[in-house]
Amino acid sequence: MALSDQELKEIAYLARINIKEDSFSSLKKELEQILELFEELNEADTSEVAAMSHPLDLSQPTRKDEVTEENQREELLKNAPSVQSGLFLVPKVIEGEV
Amino acid sequence: MNENLKNWEAVIGLEIHVQLSTKSKLFSGASTSFGALPNTQACNIDLAMPGVLPVLNEEVLKMAIKLGKALNANINSPTSFARKNYFYPDSPKGYQISQMDNPIVETGYLDIETENGSKRIGVTRAHLEEDAGKSLHDDFEGQSGIDLNRAGTPLLEIVSEPEISTAEEAVAYLKSIHSIIRYLNISDGNMAEGSMRCDANVSVRKKGDTELGTRTETKNVNSFRFVEKAIQYEIERQVHELESGNKITQETRLYDSQKNTTRPMRSKEFANDYRYFPEPDLLPIILEKDFIQCILDDMPEMPNEKKERFVSQFSLSKYDADLLAADKDIANYFEEVVKISNSPKLSTNWIMGELSAELNNENLNIRDSKVSSEKLGQLILRIEDGTISGKIAKDIFEKMWVSGKEVDIIIKDEGLEQVTDNKEIESMIDEVIANNPEQLEQYRSGKDRLFGFFVGQVMKASQGKANPKQVNDILKSKLEK
Repeated sequence: MALSDQELKEIAYLARINIKEDSFSSLKKELEQILELFEELNEADTSEVAAMSHPLDLSQPTRKDEVTEENQREELLKNAPSVQSGLFLVPKVIEGEV
Repeated sequence: MNENLKNWEAVIGLEIHVQLSTKSKLFSGASTSFGALPNTQACNIDLAMPGVLPVLNEEVLKMAIKLGKALNANINSPTSFARKNYFYPDSPKGYQISQMDNPIVETGYLDIETENGSKRIGVTRAHLEEDAGKSLHDDFEGQSGIDLNRAGTPLLEIVSEPEISTAEEAVAYLKSIHSIIRYLNISDGNMAEGSMRCDANVSVRKKGDTELGTRTETKNVNSFRFVEKAIQYEIERQVHELESGNKITQETRLYDSQKNTTRPMRSKEFANDYRYFPEPDLLPIILEKDFIQCILDDMPEMPNEKKERFVSQFSLSKYDADLLAADKDIANYFEEVVKISNSPKLSTNWIMGELSAELNNENLNIRDSKVSSEKLGQLILRIEDGTISGKIAKDIFEKMWVSGKEVDIIIKDEGLEQVTDNKEIESMIDEVIANNPEQLEQYRSGKDRLFGFFVGQVMKASQGKANPKQVNDILKSKLEK
């Protein structure tokens, strides 16, 4: 399956990875190889097989609806590079373009 | 442009996000209460610190199962979670845990009442997901502030089939969902605080067309009235565009309640691609039959059931029963009043009339009414047993509202008992007749309308306390003499 430059750029944008124009051809080649592997998987007939979302044959355990975590703001804010008035500060977000 | 609307029909689907009223979050033990200081209710899991794992809150399963039952839907088991991938700073994981395949609730319906009768709206699905935090765009030296208190709060997203045809139907559907979640006690449904949020997918087509038109999605409209206005605006806008030869762009729009318009959000260069995949941190959930049955056995009476019971038990009209049953608190208040008053119809009139007027005046919920259900019941009982007239009762109600006093105390203190003694009424009537010989002459020579004049004079003489029925009967016999 051949990828176009535009598709490559969209995939990189979705993953928020900056890629340079001069690496396009090598990246495309690597991605195409991965896609080929999936094409191979697609050849297996799975029409009789139920979809499996997890390899363990167990049901998800649950917890009671209780508040167990008290305010830890001061500790947690210590991890952040920039804080103000109890808020985490991040660069202003503007919808990006490809 | 209005006259052209009749050539078109709208196709509307609603996505309603309901915040579930659990104590703790969907996947963590942090509190969900509203209005805390920023980031004081966000823990390691909500912040997506390395190495943490989500642990599912059992209560949300129970709440979703109740909703599924109320929507006549299937409960899927196993039901599973999926990752919806997107980057936004108020979602620290870089994905939202939601449901894609096997949502917990699937394929149900809801019957709504409109002016044109009853209509069935299909419910495609309802799935569990986590809410995001909040970005504050005030100026923090050019940066945005992030509050993660809301991150991880459990939501149920209820998706309707595109079977809604008008803005009125959309509001009726929304109100019906609101009523159900309040009855089930799974959410407070407060639209102003964002506990219930509504996105509307709207498209239009020429009447008779079978193909769907291009749709737009109008986001986060935060009151019933605005939902109606936003949808109506969007229908008229699309018809106008199409009649002018333009095309509708598939886009997300925001409703501006001050201008009563919708406008496009910044459109993206290509469609969102959320790359859903099964959530590897959570196993599929098997809902055992016993577990489901236990919850179904515990279902409260639902609005529609209550409505029908009110009609059969109290002989109320469908209209009255619908009004009372739509709100759980009003319905409970009504039943408490009837228990004392024994008069369903009069109780309905008082709750929907005088009481509602006072509550609206002071912007109060019926739970905070200054006249309790017990006191209103006693007031109505005194009308029923003839102690006071309906007119006096209205004055007493005003006094009860201000002073909080009981009806019997006000009647005693102010001497407001209805006069039901025939002799006393007779003597008042005799006096009125004696004082108005001219009117008597005219009445007897055929001016029937003057009967009302005499009734008025007698009621006035009794300061409104004479029993109106007795006044009528005695007056009639005396005038005919």
